[in-house]
Amino acid sequence: MARLISRYFEGFMSQVQRKAVALVSGGLDSMLAVRVIQEQGIHVEGINFYTGFCVEGHTHAIRKKDQGKDKRNNALWVAEQLGIKLHIIDIVEEYKDVLLNPKHGYGANMNPCLDCKIFMVHKALEWADQHGFDFIITGEVVGQRPMSQRKDTMPVVARESGAQDRLLRPLCAKNLPPTLPEREGWVDRDKLYDFSGRTRKPQMALAAQFGFSDYASPAGGCCFLTDEAYSRKLVDLWQARGKREYEMDDIMLLKVGRHIRPAPHYKLIVGREEGENNFLEGYRKIYIHLRPISHTGPLVLLDGEASEEDLVLAARITARYSKGHTAEQVTVQVTTLDGVSRELVVAPLSPDELKPEWHL
Amino acid sequence: MARHQLDARRLLCPMPVIRTQNRVAELQAGDVLEVTCTDPGALNDIPAWCRINGHKVLGSRREGNEVIIEVEVGDGA
Repeated sequence: MARLISRYFEGFMSQVQRKAVALVSGGLDSMLAVRVIQEQGIHVEGINFYTGFCVEGHTHAIRKKDQGKDKRNNALWVAEQLGIKLHIIDIVEEYKDVLLNPKHGYGANMNPCLDCKIFMVHKALEWADQHGFDFIITGEVVGQRPMSQRKDTMPVVARESGAQDRLLRPLCAKNLPPTLPEREGWVDRDKLYDFSGRTRKPQMALAAQFGFSDYASPAGGCCFLTDEAYSRKLVDLWQARGKREYEMDDIMLLKVGRHIRPAPHYKLIVGREEGENNFLEGYRKIYIHLRPISHTGPLVLLDGEASEEDLVLAARITARYSKGHTAEQVTVQVTTLDGVSRELVVAPLSPDELKPEWHL
Repeated sequence: MARHQLDARRLLCPMPVIRTQNRVAELQAGDVLEVTCTDPGALNDIPAWCRINGHKVLGSRREGNEVIIEVEVGDGA
Protein backbone atom coordinates (compact mmCIF):
# COMPACT_ATOMS: atom_id res chain seq x y z
CA MET A 1 0.00 0.00 0.00
CA ALA A 2 2.78 2.39 0.99
CA ARG A 3 4.51 1.59 -2.27
CA LEU A 4 1.37 2.40 -4.24
CA ILE A 5 1.01 5.72 -2.47
CA SER A 6 4.67 6.45 -3.09
CA ARG A 7 4.34 5.69 -6.81
CA TYR A 8 1.18 7.77 -7.00
CA PHE A 9 3.02 10.63 -5.30
CA GLU A 10 5.98 10.32 -7.67
CA GLY A 11 3.60 10.32 -10.62
CA PHE A 12 1.90 13.40 -9.27
CA MET A 13 5.21 15.14 -8.68
CA SER A 14 6.41 14.41 -12.20
CA GLN A 15 3.41 16.31 -13.53
CA VAL A 16 4.02 19.41 -11.44
CA GLN A 17 4.79 22.34 -13.68
CA ARG A 18 8.18 23.52 -12.49
CA LYS A 19 8.81 27.24 -12.60
CA ALA A 20 12.01 29.24 -12.93
CA VAL A 21 12.60 32.96 -12.57
CA ALA A 22 15.32 34.31 -14.85
CA LEU A 23 17.48 37.38 -14.39
CA VAL A 24 16.84 39.11 -17.71
CA SER A 25 19.22 41.93 -18.55
CA GLY A 26 18.20 42.40 -22.15
CA GLY A 27 21.46 40.94 -23.45
CA LEU A 28 22.03 37.76 -25.39
CA ASP A 29 23.20 35.47 -22.59
CA SER A 30 20.13 35.70 -20.40
CA MET A 31 17.97 35.41 -23.53
CA LEU A 32 19.69 32.13 -24.42
CA ALA A 33 19.54 30.82 -20.85
CA VAL A 34 15.78 31.34 -20.77
CA ARG A 35 15.24 29.60 -24.08
CA VAL A 36 17.40 26.62 -23.06
CA ILE A 37 15.23 26.13 -19.98
CA GLN A 38 11.96 26.76 -21.80
CA GLU A 39 12.96 23.99 -24.23
CA GLN A 40 12.87 21.63 -21.28
CA GLY A 41 9.26 22.42 -20.51
CA ILE A 42 9.90 24.73 -17.57
CA HIS A 43 7.64 27.76 -17.11
CA VAL A 44 9.93 30.80 -17.04
CA GLU A 45 9.25 34.39 -16.06
CA GLY A 46 11.81 37.17 -16.16
CA ILE A 47 12.91 39.66 -13.55
CA ASN A 48 14.84 42.81 -14.31
CA PHE A 49 16.31 45.12 -11.70
CA TYR A 50 16.54 48.88 -12.02
CA THR A 51 19.44 50.31 -10.01
CA GLY A 52 19.39 53.84 -11.42
CA PHE A 53 22.79 53.27 -13.02
CA CYS A 54 21.45 51.56 -16.13
CA VAL A 55 22.87 53.20 -19.23
CA GLU A 56 20.15 52.26 -21.60
CA GLY A 57 17.34 54.65 -22.27
CA HIS A 58 18.36 57.61 -20.17
CA THR A 59 20.91 59.29 -22.37
CA HIS A 60 18.74 58.65 -25.39
CA ALA A 61 15.74 60.08 -23.61
CA ILE A 62 17.65 63.20 -22.58
CA ARG A 63 19.70 64.10 -25.64
CA LYS A 64 17.75 65.70 -28.42
CA LYS A 65 19.95 64.28 -31.16
CA ASP A 66 19.18 60.78 -29.89
CA GLN A 67 15.44 61.22 -29.66
CA GLY A 68 14.85 59.81 -33.11
CA LYS A 69 16.68 56.61 -32.23
CA ASP A 70 14.98 53.36 -31.45
CA LYS A 71 14.35 53.53 -27.73
CA ARG A 72 13.28 49.96 -27.14
CA ASN A 73 13.93 48.59 -23.68
CA ASN A 74 15.93 45.48 -24.42
CA ALA A 75 14.75 43.53 -21.38
CA LEU A 76 11.13 44.04 -22.43
CA TRP A 77 11.99 43.26 -26.02
CA VAL A 78 13.76 40.03 -25.06
CA ALA A 79 10.84 38.98 -22.88
CA GLU A 80 8.48 39.53 -25.77
CA GLN A 81 10.66 37.46 -28.13
CA LEU A 82 10.73 34.65 -25.58
CA GLY A 83 7.03 34.88 -24.77
CA ILE A 84 7.62 35.36 -21.05
CA LYS A 85 6.33 37.81 -18.49
CA LEU A 86 8.84 40.35 -17.22
CA HIS A 87 8.77 41.94 -13.80
CA ILE A 88 10.83 45.12 -13.47
CA ILE A 89 11.83 45.87 -9.91
CA ASP A 90 12.95 49.25 -8.62
CA ILE A 91 15.91 48.62 -6.29
CA VAL A 92 17.34 52.15 -6.34
CA GLU A 93 17.17 52.63 -2.55
CA GLU A 94 18.33 49.17 -1.55
CA TYR A 95 21.13 49.29 -4.09
CA LYS A 96 22.83 52.16 -2.27
CA ASP A 97 24.22 49.81 0.34
CA VAL A 98 25.58 47.53 -2.40
CA LEU A 99 27.41 50.40 -4.03
CA LEU A 100 28.55 52.17 -0.87
CA ASN A 101 29.64 49.12 1.12
CA PRO A 102 30.60 46.31 -1.24
CA LYS A 103 31.95 43.42 0.81
CA HIS A 104 33.91 42.16 -2.18
CA GLY A 105 35.13 45.56 -3.35
CA TYR A 106 35.02 47.30 -6.69
CA GLY A 107 36.12 46.34 -10.18
CA ALA A 108 38.19 48.56 -12.45
CA ASN A 109 35.92 51.54 -11.66
CA MET A 110 33.13 51.97 -9.12
CA ASN A 111 31.46 48.76 -10.22
CA PRO A 112 30.73 46.40 -7.31
CA CYS A 113 29.99 43.55 -9.73
CA LEU A 114 30.23 40.60 -7.36
CA ASP A 115 28.15 42.19 -4.61
CA CYS A 116 25.71 43.37 -7.26
CA LYS A 117 25.22 39.85 -8.60
CA ILE A 118 24.85 38.41 -5.10
CA PHE A 119 22.26 41.08 -4.30
CA MET A 120 20.27 40.52 -7.48
CA VAL A 121 20.21 36.75 -7.09
CA HIS A 122 19.13 37.23 -3.48
CA LYS A 123 16.29 39.53 -4.59
CA ALA A 124 15.31 37.01 -7.26
CA LEU A 125 15.25 34.29 -4.60
CA GLU A 126 12.94 36.38 -2.43
CA TRP A 127 10.68 36.94 -5.42
CA ALA A 128 10.75 33.23 -6.30
CA ASP A 129 9.73 32.26 -2.78
CA GLN A 130 6.94 34.82 -2.71
CA HIS A 131 5.56 33.64 -6.05
CA GLY A 132 6.02 29.89 -5.78
CA PHE A 133 8.92 29.50 -8.23
CA ASP A 134 11.28 26.56 -7.87
CA PHE A 135 14.63 27.88 -9.01
CA ILE A 136 16.56 30.80 -10.49
CA ILE A 137 18.42 30.96 -13.77
CA THR A 138 20.98 33.44 -15.05
CA GLY A 139 22.92 33.84 -18.28
CA GLU A 140 26.26 33.74 -16.48
CA VAL A 141 29.19 32.02 -18.16
CA VAL A 142 32.30 30.87 -16.29
CA GLY A 143 35.28 33.08 -17.04
CA GLN A 144 33.35 35.69 -18.94
CA ARG A 145 33.68 38.57 -16.49
CA PRO A 146 36.73 39.41 -14.43
CA MET A 147 34.87 39.80 -11.16
CA SER A 148 31.47 38.15 -10.91
CA GLN A 149 31.74 35.35 -13.48
CA ARG A 150 34.85 33.45 -12.46
CA LYS A 151 35.07 29.82 -11.51
CA ASP A 152 35.93 30.81 -7.93
CA THR A 153 33.32 33.57 -7.55
CA MET A 154 30.31 31.81 -9.05
CA PRO A 155 29.92 29.57 -5.97
CA VAL A 156 30.20 32.73 -3.84
CA VAL A 157 27.17 34.17 -5.61
CA ALA A 158 25.20 30.97 -5.04
CA ARG A 159 26.20 30.80 -1.39
CA GLU A 160 25.98 34.43 -0.29
CA SER A 161 22.73 35.11 -2.14
CA GLY A 162 21.14 32.26 -0.23
CA ALA A 163 20.06 30.61 -3.47
CA GLN A 164 22.60 27.78 -3.02
CA ASP A 165 21.76 24.94 -5.42
CA ARG A 166 18.55 26.59 -6.61
CA LEU A 167 20.71 28.79 -8.83
CA LEU A 168 21.21 27.25 -12.27
CA ARG A 169 23.39 28.73 -15.02
CA PRO A 170 22.20 26.85 -18.11
CA LEU A 171 24.97 28.12 -20.41
CA CYS A 172 27.82 26.80 -18.26
CA ALA A 173 26.08 24.29 -15.99
CA LYS A 174 28.24 21.42 -17.18
CA ASN A 175 31.30 23.21 -15.80
CA LEU A 176 29.71 23.44 -12.36
CA PRO A 177 28.38 20.90 -9.84
CA PRO A 178 24.81 19.69 -10.51
CA THR A 179 22.16 21.94 -9.02
CA LEU A 180 18.84 21.00 -7.45
CA PRO A 181 16.82 21.21 -10.72
CA GLU A 182 19.35 18.89 -12.37
CA ARG A 183 19.50 16.41 -9.51
CA GLU A 184 15.74 16.29 -9.19
CA GLY A 185 15.36 15.70 -12.91
CA TRP A 186 13.35 18.88 -13.50
CA VAL A 187 15.89 19.71 -16.18
CA ASP A 188 18.14 17.37 -18.11
CA ARG A 189 21.78 18.25 -17.45
CA ASP A 190 22.76 16.67 -20.77
CA LYS A 191 20.81 19.39 -22.55
CA LEU A 192 22.62 22.20 -20.75
CA TYR A 193 25.89 23.79 -21.93
CA ASP A 194 29.56 24.05 -21.00
CA PHE A 195 30.42 27.51 -22.28
CA SER A 196 33.41 29.23 -20.73
CA GLY A 197 35.68 32.19 -21.27
CA ARG A 198 35.25 35.50 -23.01
CA THR A 199 34.61 34.18 -26.50
CA ARG A 200 31.13 34.92 -27.81
CA LYS A 201 31.16 32.32 -30.55
CA PRO A 202 29.24 29.56 -28.70
CA GLN A 203 26.53 32.06 -27.74
CA MET A 204 26.25 33.31 -31.31
CA ALA A 205 26.03 29.74 -32.63
CA LEU A 206 23.31 28.92 -30.12
CA ALA A 207 21.48 32.13 -31.00
CA ALA A 208 21.54 31.07 -34.65
CA GLN A 209 20.26 27.63 -33.68
CA PHE A 210 17.32 29.22 -31.86
CA GLY A 211 16.70 31.59 -34.74
CA PHE A 212 17.64 34.73 -32.79
CA SER A 213 19.04 37.12 -35.35
CA ASP A 214 18.41 40.39 -33.53
CA TYR A 215 19.78 40.89 -30.05
CA ALA A 216 21.36 43.66 -28.02
CA SER A 217 25.10 44.15 -27.87
CA PRO A 218 26.12 41.35 -25.54
CA ALA A 219 28.37 41.18 -22.49
CA GLY A 220 28.20 44.19 -20.26
CA GLY A 221 28.34 47.90 -20.83
CA CYS A 222 24.86 48.33 -19.41
CA CYS A 223 25.92 49.91 -16.13
CA PHE A 224 27.31 53.42 -15.71
CA LEU A 225 29.44 52.21 -12.80
CA THR A 226 31.73 50.37 -15.21
CA ASP A 227 32.36 53.68 -16.98
CA GLU A 228 35.54 55.47 -15.94
CA ALA A 229 34.28 59.01 -16.50
CA TYR A 230 31.04 58.37 -14.64
CA SER A 231 32.87 56.74 -11.73
CA ARG A 232 35.23 59.71 -11.52
CA LYS A 233 32.29 62.08 -11.26
CA LEU A 234 30.68 59.95 -8.58
CA VAL A 235 33.86 59.89 -6.48
CA ASP A 236 34.19 63.67 -6.95
CA LEU A 237 30.63 64.10 -5.66
CA TRP A 238 31.42 62.15 -2.51
CA GLN A 239 34.69 63.99 -1.95
CA ALA A 240 33.03 67.38 -2.36
CA ARG A 241 30.24 66.53 0.06
CA GLY A 242 32.57 64.86 2.54
CA LYS A 243 30.34 61.80 2.72
CA ARG A 244 29.63 58.80 0.55
CA GLU A 245 25.95 59.02 -0.19
CA TYR A 246 23.72 59.91 -3.12
CA GLU A 247 20.16 60.51 -4.14
CA MET A 248 18.45 59.58 -7.38
CA ASP A 249 18.79 63.16 -8.63
CA ASP A 250 22.56 63.00 -8.12
CA ILE A 251 23.02 59.87 -10.18
CA MET A 252 20.77 61.22 -12.91
CA LEU A 253 22.65 64.51 -13.08
CA LEU A 254 25.99 62.72 -13.33
CA LYS A 255 24.78 61.38 -16.68
CA VAL A 256 24.01 64.82 -18.06
CA GLY A 257 26.08 67.75 -19.24
CA ARG A 258 29.63 68.93 -18.76
CA HIS A 259 30.73 68.83 -15.12
CA ILE A 260 33.19 71.56 -14.17
CA ARG A 261 34.55 72.07 -10.66
CA PRO A 262 36.41 75.39 -10.37
CA ALA A 263 36.64 75.07 -6.58
CA PRO A 264 36.13 72.27 -4.04
CA HIS A 265 32.90 73.79 -2.69
CA TYR A 266 30.93 73.99 -5.93
CA LYS A 267 30.66 72.57 -9.41
CA LEU A 268 28.78 73.54 -12.53
CA ILE A 269 26.67 71.27 -14.72
CA VAL A 270 26.57 72.77 -18.19
CA GLY A 271 23.93 71.56 -20.65
CA ARG A 272 25.55 70.53 -23.94
CA GLU A 273 22.53 70.73 -26.17
CA GLU A 274 18.81 71.45 -26.18
CA GLY A 275 17.73 68.09 -24.82
CA GLU A 276 20.11 68.36 -21.88
CA ASN A 277 19.08 71.96 -21.23
CA ASN A 278 15.44 70.84 -21.13
CA PHE A 279 16.33 68.07 -18.73
CA LEU A 280 18.28 70.44 -16.46
CA GLU A 281 15.28 72.80 -16.45
CA GLY A 282 13.57 70.29 -14.17
CA TYR A 283 16.17 71.00 -11.47
CA ARG A 284 15.99 74.80 -11.54
CA LYS A 285 14.11 75.04 -8.26
CA ILE A 286 16.67 73.08 -6.27
CA TYR A 287 19.90 74.53 -7.69
CA ILE A 288 21.32 77.99 -8.22
CA HIS A 289 21.23 78.30 -12.01
CA LEU A 290 22.63 80.52 -14.71
CA ARG A 291 21.80 81.19 -18.31
CA PRO A 292 23.04 83.71 -20.85
CA ILE A 293 20.38 86.16 -21.95
CA SER A 294 22.28 88.37 -24.40
CA HIS A 295 23.26 85.31 -26.43
CA THR A 296 22.01 81.78 -26.96
CA GLY A 297 23.61 79.38 -24.53
CA PRO A 298 23.30 76.61 -22.02
CA LEU A 299 21.41 76.29 -18.80
CA VAL A 300 23.97 75.82 -16.03
CA LEU A 301 23.25 74.39 -12.59
CA LEU A 302 25.50 75.26 -9.69
CA ASP A 303 25.84 72.43 -7.17
CA GLY A 304 27.29 73.66 -3.88
CA GLU A 305 27.66 77.03 -2.21
CA ALA A 306 28.93 80.07 -4.05
CA SER A 307 30.24 83.46 -2.97
CA GLU A 308 29.77 86.56 -5.11
CA GLU A 309 33.19 85.95 -6.60
CA ASP A 310 32.25 82.35 -7.39
CA LEU A 311 29.04 83.49 -9.08
CA VAL A 312 31.00 85.84 -11.31
CA LEU A 313 33.33 83.03 -12.33
CA ALA A 314 30.33 80.73 -12.89
CA ALA A 315 28.78 83.42 -15.09
CA ARG A 316 32.01 83.76 -17.07
CA ILE A 317 32.10 79.98 -17.60
CA THR A 318 28.45 80.04 -18.65
CA ALA A 319 29.32 82.79 -21.16
CA ARG A 320 32.25 80.71 -22.36
CA TYR A 321 29.81 78.02 -23.52
CA SER A 322 27.35 80.47 -25.09
CA LYS A 323 27.21 81.76 -28.64
CA GLY A 324 28.83 84.88 -27.24
CA HIS A 325 32.05 83.14 -26.27
CA THR A 326 34.07 85.47 -28.50
CA ALA A 327 32.12 88.60 -27.53
CA GLU A 328 33.58 91.15 -25.16
CA GLN A 329 30.64 90.91 -22.81
CA VAL A 330 27.79 88.52 -22.21
CA THR A 331 24.82 89.14 -19.93
CA VAL A 332 24.10 86.14 -17.74
CA GLN A 333 21.04 85.73 -15.58
CA VAL A 334 21.73 84.20 -12.18
CA THR A 335 18.86 82.81 -10.12
CA THR A 336 19.40 81.87 -6.51
CA LEU A 337 17.50 79.30 -4.48
CA ASP A 338 15.00 81.89 -3.25
CA GLY A 339 13.92 82.34 -6.89
CA VAL A 340 15.39 85.85 -7.16
CA SER A 341 17.11 86.57 -10.50
CA ARG A 342 19.66 89.22 -11.38
CA GLU A 343 21.90 89.95 -14.30
CA LEU A 344 25.68 89.86 -14.41
CA VAL A 345 27.55 91.36 -17.34
CA VAL A 346 30.78 89.42 -17.70
CA ALA A 347 33.62 88.70 -20.08
CA PRO A 348 33.51 85.08 -21.26
CA LEU A 349 36.29 82.99 -19.78
CA SER A 350 39.05 82.46 -22.31
CA PRO A 351 40.13 78.92 -23.19
CA ASP A 352 43.41 79.50 -21.32
CA GLU A 353 41.59 80.48 -18.15
CA LEU A 354 39.39 77.40 -18.14
CA LYS A 355 41.74 74.98 -16.41
CA PRO A 356 41.76 71.41 -17.71
CA GLU A 357 41.73 70.01 -14.18
CA TRP A 358 38.35 71.64 -13.56
CA HIS A 359 36.73 69.23 -16.01
CA LEU A 360 35.44 66.12 -14.27
CA MET B 1 -14.72 49.27 -14.58
CA ALA B 2 -13.07 52.33 -13.10
CA ARG B 3 -10.77 54.93 -14.58
CA HIS B 4 -7.53 55.86 -12.87
CA GLN B 5 -4.75 58.33 -13.52
CA LEU B 6 -1.00 57.93 -13.10
CA ASP B 7 1.42 60.85 -13.26
CA ALA B 8 4.77 59.56 -14.54
CA ARG B 9 6.02 62.94 -15.76
CA ARG B 10 9.72 63.74 -15.49
CA LEU B 11 10.52 60.08 -14.94
CA LEU B 12 12.84 58.36 -17.35
CA CYS B 13 12.30 54.84 -18.57
CA PRO B 14 12.02 52.31 -17.12
CA MET B 15 10.50 54.21 -14.17
CA PRO B 16 7.19 54.95 -16.00
CA VAL B 17 6.91 51.22 -16.73
CA ILE B 18 7.67 50.31 -13.12
CA ARG B 19 5.10 52.80 -11.83
CA THR B 20 2.55 51.47 -14.34
CA GLN B 21 3.30 47.87 -13.36
CA ASN B 22 2.94 48.60 -9.65
CA ARG B 23 -0.28 50.55 -10.09
CA VAL B 24 -1.84 47.97 -12.40
CA ALA B 25 -1.14 45.32 -9.75
CA GLU B 26 -3.56 47.18 -7.45
CA LEU B 27 -6.37 47.45 -10.04
CA GLN B 28 -9.13 45.11 -11.22
CA ALA B 29 -9.40 43.47 -14.63
CA GLY B 30 -11.24 45.85 -16.95
CA ASP B 31 -10.10 49.00 -15.13
CA VAL B 32 -8.45 51.66 -17.27
CA LEU B 33 -5.28 53.45 -16.24
CA GLU B 34 -4.30 56.66 -18.02
CA VAL B 35 -0.54 57.20 -17.72
CA THR B 36 0.98 60.61 -18.44
CA CYS B 37 4.72 60.63 -19.23
CA THR B 38 7.32 63.04 -20.54
CA ASP B 39 9.85 60.41 -21.66
CA PRO B 40 8.78 59.49 -25.19
CA GLY B 41 10.42 56.08 -24.67
CA ALA B 42 7.30 55.19 -22.70
CA LEU B 43 5.43 55.03 -26.02
CA ASN B 44 7.45 51.89 -26.79
CA ASP B 45 8.01 50.49 -23.35
CA ILE B 46 4.55 50.63 -21.78
CA PRO B 47 2.84 48.93 -24.76
CA ALA B 48 5.63 46.28 -24.79
CA TRP B 49 5.12 45.69 -21.09
CA CYS B 50 1.35 45.41 -21.66
CA ARG B 51 1.74 42.90 -24.48
CA ILE B 52 3.92 40.54 -22.48
CA ASN B 53 1.90 40.81 -19.31
CA GLY B 54 -1.57 40.43 -20.77
CA HIS B 55 -2.86 44.00 -20.67
CA LYS B 56 -4.26 46.09 -23.49
CA VAL B 57 -3.29 49.54 -24.74
CA LEU B 58 -6.52 51.28 -25.70
CA GLY B 59 -4.69 54.22 -27.23
CA SER B 60 -1.84 56.66 -26.94
CA ARG B 61 -1.43 60.28 -27.90
CA ARG B 62 1.03 63.16 -27.66
CA GLU B 63 0.01 66.44 -26.08
CA GLY B 64 2.87 68.92 -26.35
CA ASN B 65 5.83 67.41 -24.53
CA GLU B 66 3.69 64.79 -22.87
CA VAL B 67 2.60 61.36 -23.99
CA ILE B 68 -0.58 59.81 -22.64
CA ILE B 69 -1.16 56.08 -22.75
CA GLU B 70 -4.43 54.37 -21.84
CA VAL B 71 -4.04 50.86 -20.45
CA GLU B 72 -6.90 48.42 -19.88
CA VAL B 73 -5.99 45.98 -17.12
CA GLY B 74 -6.09 42.33 -18.19
CA ASP B 75 -7.10 39.34 -16.11
CA GLY B 76 -3.53 38.40 -15.23
CA ALA B 77 -3.56 35.20 -17.29
